[in-house]
Amino acid sequence: MLDPDEIDRIRAEREAWEAQELRAFLARQPESQPEYRTVSGLPVKRVYTPEDVAGTPFEAIGLPGRWPFTRGPYPTMYRGRPWTMRQIAGYGTGEDTNQRFRYLIAQGQTGLSVDFDMPTLMGYDSDDPRALGEVGREGVAIDTLDDMEALFAGVDLEQISVSMTINPTAWILLAMYVALAQSRGNDLNRLSGTVQADILKEYMAQKEWIFPIRPSMRLMRDMIVYCADHMARYNPINISGYHISEAGATAVQEVAFTMANAIAYVEEVTRSGVAVDRFAPRLAFYFVAQADFFEEVAKFRAARRVWARLVKDRFGAARAESMRLRFHCQTAAATLTKAQPMNNIVRTALQALSAVLGGAQSLHTNGLDEAYAIPSELAMKIALRTQQIIADETRVTSVIDPLGGSWYVESLTNEIEAAVLDILRKVDEMGGTIAAIEDGWFQREIAESAYATARRRASGELPVIGVNKHVEPAAPSPVEIHRVDTEVEGRQLARLKAARAGRDEDRVRALLDRLGAEARDPARNLLPVTIELVRHRASLGEIVNRLRNIWGSYVERPMF
Amino acid sequence: MPPIRVLVAKVGLDGHDRGVKIVARALRDAGMDVIYTGLHRTPEEVVAAAVQEDVDVIGVSLLSGAHMTLIPKIAALMRAAASDAALVVGGVIPDEDVAALRAAGAVDVVLQDAPPDEVVRRVRAAAAGRGQ
Repeated sequence: MLDPDEIDRIRAEREAWEAQELRAFLARQPESQPEYRTVSGLPVKRVYTPEDVAGTPFEAIGLPGRWPFTRGPYPTMYRGRPWTMRQIAGYGTGEDTNQRFRYLIAQGQTGLSVDFDMPTLMGYDSDDPRALGEVGREGVAIDTLDDMEALFAGVDLEQISVSMTINPTAWILLAMYVALAQSRGNDLNRLSGTVQADILKEYMAQKEWIFPIRPSMRLMRDMIVYCADHMARYNPINISGYHISEAGATAVQEVAFTMANAIAYVEEVTRSGVAVDRFAPRLAFYFVAQADFFEEVAKFRAARRVWARLVKDRFGAARAESMRLRFHCQTAAATLTKAQPMNNIVRTALQALSAVLGGAQSLHTNGLDEAYAIPSELAMKIALRTQQIIADETRVTSVIDPLGGSWYVESLTNEIEAAVLDILRKVDEMGGTIAAIEDGWFQREIAESAYATARRRASGELPVIGVNKHVEPAAPSPVEIHRVDTEVEGRQLARLKAARAGRDEDRVRALLDRLGAEARDPARNLLPVTIELVRHRASLGEIVNRLRNIWGSYVERPMF
Repeated sequence: MPPIRVLVAKVGLDGHDRGVKIVARALRDAGMDVIYTGLHRTPEEVVAAAVQEDVDVIGVSLLSGAHMTLIPKIAALMRAAASDAALVVGGVIPDEDVAALRAAGAVDVVLQDAPPDEVVRRVRAAAAGRGQ
């Protein structure tokens, strides 16, 4: 903080500049817009000076790896090692996706990330009528442990971290991962990676759910507690703003709604008697990198400070590891266009740079064909090379939080933090996150922002190159896209059938009964019985169906 | 003239409802009667609702890639139910599937990046051709 006399001197100089140079210049050549805002709608000034951060003590900015973690969770950041380059992959059967994994590892990727098909995400086996036409299409199909074995064939789970994008069925996939590691003799405490397992943002935004909110929260708690007890390096949850943003939310809403969900999870777990410092160090986050470069950098910095203060002040954490926010980042799929697809490479590179300047721990860069297909091998390679160029050629990794101290970025960081805290206060007044979801409040807020964005795009107020500006006549796409293998469904059904034929049916039935009994006792942790079930080749759909019979299904009130 | 009646539907397992909600709202703002089914509907549920509500247009949104399975199924169920509503498809659809969807019974296929006003115009055109 500068002393007040210094600030006064700077103010006088700015006012003189406005009265002289600026006024004269504007008289000759007005600016292009009457006002300037971030993509989120926060007003921005023409230029920033120390006046704008006069009220911000250095301690609120601080140093990396130290309270309040504004500048990053670790003291050396990318000087120690670069972020994990983690391209998501998933299509067809376990074998198909395994081939893509091997390709990506050969190209220098340092972490794995799995995308599952819709039936796996929603808890249906591949032979369920609801799965028709969706098996292995948008991700890999997983029905039984046999599929997991194929998926990770030749991959050393103690050596590479694996992220699984899975939510309502996350505890089953986690159980399969554990069962697979145990069958290979791996040490669970050496496994690193994550399941997304953020069910609240599903009700808010991504809309992949099975059970009502309360039993779903119990499953989240069971995973967090199981990992705290058995998997020292594993992140049992990725509290995700990405999907909230993709559904239409602004950057401020993304952080605020994500934090509202994080609060609900911490409350759920501590209510069961587990101290915050036992599990908070393993809570991980996941944000988008959107198009507004500086707003995104400020967003990541603000998120770290908000989380540190929440965990310490609201939940009484004492360990620094509980307070430091670590996040995975993905560039913004919704910003990619079908028109002029090569432009998507540039968009993604800029978004990735904001993630790196914002201090991401791991990063997925989107493929240029993301707007109309799941990525081809070439598209994924270019996306990965984009990260490698940022890491190795630009030198932005040499200095930690290089935009820290920018009057603009610090000021924007403060504003985003304040706006996030405002929303969190509102959520508290509504009775908390779950009550606000049940009321549809988050869903309405997101839909409002999405509609406003669509209108601003249509009017040209929000320029999208190739779509509403610099439009070219439609041309055949220069990009070879990934085609779906029509034989996948048949192969997958055959393996599911074989798994069922080879198992001890009485044992599976007895375990399903045990699952039902334990589900009725909210104090029980459902992970151990689920691990037994998948080991004996119970399928994902069978496990879900047993619980659906007990807990029922979530039904959303349709609104728009 | 009575307002155009539109059933806006999400079929299959995909939960991407950003686009469908924008479309529903744009159509309503343009003066149409809009019924939104909500997520994860089956083709049977969608066609039954369309018949019961006697809509002019059924707008189906898909971003899951399952359109080549589900759209022909909806079209077949519409024929079986003697529905003369116009079927319009929207979402993430590869260009090369558009002709096949039209052959299967869709009167129009509106792709991503179509601004709200264009969606309104094309739904109006589809409604004008109802039963043809």
